[in-house]
Amino acid sequence: MRYHAAVRYLCVRLGHGFLVLIGVSVLSFLLAEAAPGSSFDELRLDPRISATTVAAMRDRYGLDRSLPEKYFHWLQSIARGELGFSVAYNRPVGPLLWPRVRNTLLLTVTATALAWLIAVPVGTWAASRKGGWADRVAAGATTALLSVPDLLVGLGFLLLAVRTGYFPTGGMVSIGFAALGPWDQLADVMSHSLLPVTALTLVTLPVLVRHVRASLIDVLQAPFIQAARAAGVSERRLLFRHALRAAANPLISLLGLSVAALLSASLVVETIMSWPGLGPLLIEAVVARDLHLVVGAVTCSTVLLIAGNLLADGLLYLVDPRLRPAQA
Amino acid sequence: MIGDATTRGTARTRASLSARGRRRSFRLVLGLLGLVYLSTVFAGFLAPDDPAAQHRDVPFAPPTRVHFVDGTSRLHLRPFVYGLARSSGDSEEYVEDRSRRYPVRFFVRGAPYRIAGIFRGNRHLFGTDSPTRLFLMGSDDYGRDQFSRFLFGGQISLFAGLLGAGLSLGVGMVLGAVAGFYGAWVDETIMRIAELFLALPWLYLLLAVRMALPLHIEPAEAFLLVLAVIGLIGWARPARLIRGIVLSAKLRDYVVAARSLGASDLYILRRHVLPQVLGLVVTQGALLVPQFILAEVTLSFVGLGVGEPVPSWGNMLASLQRYSVLSSYWWMFLPGFALIPVFLLYYTIADALHQRSGAFSV
Repeated sequence: MRYHAAVRYLCVRLGHGFLVLIGVSVLSFLLAEAAPGSSFDELRLDPRISATTVAAMRDRYGLDRSLPEKYFHWLQSIARGELGFSVAYNRPVGPLLWPRVRNTLLLTVTATALAWLIAVPVGTWAASRKGGWADRVAAGATTALLSVPDLLVGLGFLLLAVRTGYFPTGGMVSIGFAALGPWDQLADVMSHSLLPVTALTLVTLPVLVRHVRASLIDVLQAPFIQAARAAGVSERRLLFRHALRAAANPLISLLGLSVAALLSASLVVETIMSWPGLGPLLIEAVVARDLHLVVGAVTCSTVLLIAGNLLADGLLYLVDPRLRPAQA
Repeated sequence: MIGDATTRGTARTRASLSARGRRRSFRLVLGLLGLVYLSTVFAGFLAPDDPAAQHRDVPFAPPTRVHFVDGTSRLHLRPFVYGLARSSGDSEEYVEDRSRRYPVRFFVRGAPYRIAGIFRGNRHLFGTDSPTRLFLMGSDDYGRDQFSRFLFGGQISLFAGLLGAGLSLGVGMVLGAVAGFYGAWVDETIMRIAELFLALPWLYLLLAVRMALPLHIEPAEAFLLVLAVIGLIGWARPARLIRGIVLSAKLRDYVVAARSLGASDLYILRRHVLPQVLGLVVTQGALLVPQFILAEVTLSFVGLGVGEPVPSWGNMLASLQRYSVLSSYWWMFLPGFALIPVFLLYYTIADALHQRSGAFSV
């Protein structure tokens, strides 16, 4: 019975995510349709290329078809794992996207994990000393961090890399990466990701600390905490065993909600630090009018977002018994 | 007992004092923010130079030092600056040429400008004698005065955020109110579309919307375009929040009473429902403006927003993408640092508004 309910719960969420995904892909197709000009417009000015050649190319890439036809065509190409065709790269979009998605995930997942590892103890600590100096310091620090735009954080770390020379100044791997052994490869990627990950962690941290603090303060006012305190439960046990567990629900919801902000911040950090993720690819594609690549990257970001939300939903289901239907 | 009463008394005075103090500091913050915006409006007068004027002989000049004391330790009441010279023949380093003092003059005639596009003028708050230039924030690679560009760039960046937030709140308010008020399929449709816009990370959405618009355009059009893009991406969240308030408001007795007296939909919306969302709209606005200032800065930074020669804080920062500029010329960071106090002011306002209208938890 229990498994049945859990599966149904996840299926509903999955179905919803799927509908949103279709909506987003249609929306981005509409935006692409509205885009003036295409990658072929410059070819038309080239006297060496005849008008018929351009027309043939437009026909080949299906630029003159109607919108529903184009969309249907694109859906078919998803089935082949291609996600359309990138004119600028002269390759299917899919293989271009996968490594980029992997790199973005590497950056964002590490940064999120780090940010939570810092935010939970700091937020808990601030909440337990509400109004005290520790709380005020934490509040001041988070407000200060919140006011520094991600662009500036990224540029600051890049400056650090360029000035000191201790860190790689961009990219994800060194020249000659392929020749390295597996451990050296790992070390190489880690040293390259150190600064982008730190930048992204710092950008996501203040919001998390604030939320952890706020939801813990909410919980600490609950009667059951008073009761536990009266029963002589130690303050530390009270905070970490009782309060934190009760505050898990809003925090896990926040994990799902923060994915969107995380991906946006990651786009900026990736672009500044030339991390080969989805962000720089999308900006390149917008500049090059590579419509299928834009649609692909945007859809991919939605997939990541939905996956993050599903993960949070699943966790919530596991952690919070109130969400489970009563066991018969 | 007496002691107890006194402490209670002082506590009360302190509370009312702090309430008054809070009001006063709120006004101070509002005033400061107004001052920042005003100084960009009067950029023409405050800036010593035309933002597009190039002085190719002095690229990347460091901020000019304003002196009061000369080489012989004599104090001058009128501040002065020295001219720039290369430290050696082909060096890129600048040194002060101390052979001659150039006094800083006030209300000098200079490049013509317009204020708010209407009032013409050619008086500048300060300046110095040709051929020396007073670069308060240094110069960029074309030898353009960064301080002048910074003030004029603020016109673009700060107002793009403010107007963009106004636009998206306006759209959000109308759509949210309509959805909440009419319910049924109107509500369904609007909220499903809002969900799509919320399902995308906002920078990805920003770039996707940017794709739908022409790549190379005139700076003035680019400004409007950035505004349109921002307005388009930002409406969904406020629309959702406002819909919630409208939904609960339309069931209130006084609304039902007004309706039974024959009030029209528009009248009820205007008189009874929308005043309730104003607090939320203003608080949301204070949170949205910094985000949208950043949207303009980010777009212009990656070359998809307002383009040269018109300055914006975003395209001024764009030169930092070259490592040589990044590592050598610290003053190129200044437009970025200016964002921090502006954001702080907005967040302070949002916090204060949030506390004042404690009923709304956003």
